[in-house]
Amino acid sequence: MEYIWAGLLAIGFVAGILSGRLEEVTKAAFDSAGRAVELSIGLLGIICLWSGLMKIMEKSGVINIIARMARPFLRILFPQLIGNDRAMGAIVMNLAANFMGLGNAATPLGIKAMQELQKVNTRKDTASDAMCMFLVLNTSAIQLIPATVIAIRSDAGSAAPAEITSCIWAASLCASIAGITAVNVFRRLGKVGQREIPGQGDRSLVPPGGTRDLSPCPGKLYHQPGRRVRGRPLSYGNGNAEKKKTG
Amino acid sequence: MFLSVFSAISLYAVPVIILAILASGILRNVKIYEAFTEGASEGISTVIKILPQLVGILTAVGVFRASGALDFVIKLLTPAATLLGIPAEAMPLALLRPVSGSASLALVSDIIREYGPDSYAGRVVSTMMGSTETIFYTLAVYYGAVGIKNIRYTLAAALIADGVSVIASAWICALVFGR
Repeated sequence: MEYIWAGLLAIGFVAGILSGRLEEVTKAAFDSAGRAVELSIGLLGIICLWSGLMKIMEKSGVINIIARMARPFLRILFPQLIGNDRAMGAIVMNLAANFMGLGNAATPLGIKAMQELQKVNTRKDTASDAMCMFLVLNTSAIQLIPATVIAIRSDAGSAAPAEITSCIWAASLCASIAGITAVNVFRRLGKVGQREIPGQGDRSLVPPGGTRDLSPCPGKLYHQPGRRVRGRPLSYGNGNAEKKKTG
Repeated sequence: MFLSVFSAISLYAVPVIILAILASGILRNVKIYEAFTEGASEGISTVIKILPQLVGILTAVGVFRASGALDFVIKLLTPAATLLGIPAEAMPLALLRPVSGSASLALVSDIIREYGPDSYAGRVVSTMMGSTETIFYTLAVYYGAVGIKNIRYTLAAALIADGVSVIASAWICALVFGR
């Protein structure tokens, strides 16, 4: 993220100087910053509303029911989350809201899912594999009715504004498959560089009760398929500060 | 018919979901108003956490776009895109889409108005718009909300999916409607 951000800004300003558009570029910087605040404030009410409704669902146990229904599908994509009903429930709700095209509802639910994933994340400043999978699914997800596009097309006088719907489904499906494949490939590649260091992966170093192993077989932490092996025992609240970001 | 059924579904979806949530709370003896306010106050801290991230990302993206750097990249990539079967008219959208949702929407309306909604280019940009997402914004909001700094391979994987979507949009439209 560090490099991407610096790169966008640096290239932008240098290109602005080269093209003599420096004034517009500076104006764009301030305008965008203002727009970001407007966006956040616009989100404030909706996020509070859905966070409140999510809380009711959590307390009434509906989340667990939803998570259980989607488990067969999600366990393939999120092997790390088996048994973690709150995270799975939030993920399902977000994907369902996306599918229905309820953008306003989808964002708060997705944030909720991220917060649940962060609870079981071992390095708090680094994305877990489950987070990567969730976001790639989220950005490539299929939308049942592409309402905005249909509206634009009918507004422009199309003979059949909704005829592209099936094309959108097919293209989205291709994107989802490509995204899931990419995440799996990257995950494997990442593992090669992060082999278990002898001794450090020893379970005796894991503080008793100090891990949040939500899998059905606690203790098998280092042997689960799909679970990233990290070169240090899982511990909470410490050891994260010295791990500085690299991406 | 197809459309009116779907618009009815989207009209009723949110109220029905909210009512179902309230009913489930009452059935399970949850203090629903108390739970609601508790959740809502958590929502405030979430938004405060997102705000700085959004300012950062949207500013960088705004600068990149206004400087003309994006247009330059578009020009650079157009020959390769043509080779892949993506119409040149759709190229600006393909690159703008992951970066800015509102600008993409404006661009789609523009392209559709210029080439016609039922032209090849019009269909391809419609499909592209519907099957892709504003990746940078999504990542900023979701990772910002939980304070993730190192996003590892997320952007790369999301962009791969996006690229596949763009190419698939062009190919599928050519297949279904012809050029």
